Amino acid sequence: MSTAQSVGPRHGGQYATFWTPLFLAWLLALLATAGALFLGEVMGNTPCVLCWYQRIAMFPLVLVIGMGLFTSDPRGARYALPLAGVGWGIAAYHLMVFWGVVSEGLVPCGQGSSCTDVDVQVAGLVPIPLLSLAAFTGILVLLWFSMRRAKA
Amino acid sequence: MSRKWMVLATVAVVVLAFAAGVVVFTGRTNQEVTAAAQTHSDALVRPHSPIYGNPAAKVTIVEFFDPSCEACSAFYPIVKRIVNASFGQVRLVVRYAPLHHGSDTAVRIIEAARLQDKYWEALERALAAQPQWAAHDRPQPLLIWDVIGDIGLDMAKARADADGPAVDQVLRQDIADMQALKVNRTPGFFVNGTPLRDFGEAPLKALVEQELKKEGSSQKTENKAR
Repeated sequence: MSTAQSVGPRHGGQYATFWTPLFLAWLLALLATAGALFLGEVMGNTPCVLCWYQRIAMFPLVLVIGMGLFTSDPRGARYALPLAGVGWGIAAYHLMVFWGVVSEGLVPCGQGSSCTDVDVQVAGLVPIPLLSLAAFTGILVLLWFSMRRAKA
Repeated sequence: MSRKWMVLATVAVVVLAFAAGVVVFTGRTNQEVTAAAQTHSDALVRPHSPIYGNPAAKVTIVEFFDPSCEACSAFYPIVKRIVNASFGQVRLVVRYAPLHHGSDTAVRIIEAARLQDKYWEALERALAAQPQWAAHDRPQPLLIWDVIGDIGLDMAKARADADGPAVDQVLRQDIADMQALKVNRTPGFFVNGTPLRDFGEAPLKALVEQELKKEGSSQKTENKAR
């Protein structure tokens, strides 16, 4: 039996060091989810198409990683990894679109708000896709940490 | 602290912070909207706007209205009932907030009908047919011409008026006033200059009642003063 499956001591111990990075990854996902909902539902900024794809990757992370934390199951990181990876890719693409690296013609933004609008910035300063990319990057790094510690 | 509790406590903290953010943000927005209504009180009612009910009524409901908006359509009978049940004490002033694609064309058509005194007939027909012409992804406001074909309009004149300068002017002024008053959702209501903050039928009725009472008491004191 592998050690990864037998871990789960509730009182810490060397096998449970995966928990802290997993918790931090979850916290990032939770804050990003709350932030996205606040921008969209409270401040009334309609999410553009690319924002929606990033939301599709980000929101479930709260539940997937959260389940792993709750049951002290290190495999949570493994299941969260593909979602975070896909989200990272979309966020990176969105940021390139926003900065004009990728031409507007390739953008799948038809109806609704534009993915390159000034609206896609918080307080007119930080582009939302940059925040998203930062969050996904952080989550990926922390998940990787968590997996490495679980294996060790 | 056990790990499960740590997860739950974190969720609780984030949810509370979110709720606090909602309270702060809506409070600030309400203040801005109220301030805009006070500084631009002249932008609420313009002489060109359609009026439903007694023109000399004490209480004025200003509605920023979008013919393609489903909520506006749902509110129309409610507002009409409030005016009808008020014994001439409440009037409705219709302003336009063409926020959807194609809404401006719809406004042009019903405004053209107004020039022939068929405004409310045309408006009600257009609202009844809204599901057919006002799909937000593919609006076809020109279909309104078909549903108002039999209300007795001189159609050739109406089609010319719809693109005429009088209607242009109405649209331009209403859009400018909408922006000055920070209306970004429809229907946007103001009752005697007070913006309706909580959206809904009951809050609207309560605000109208409150203004009616205020008007009633101020009249009594005027009479006493005499």
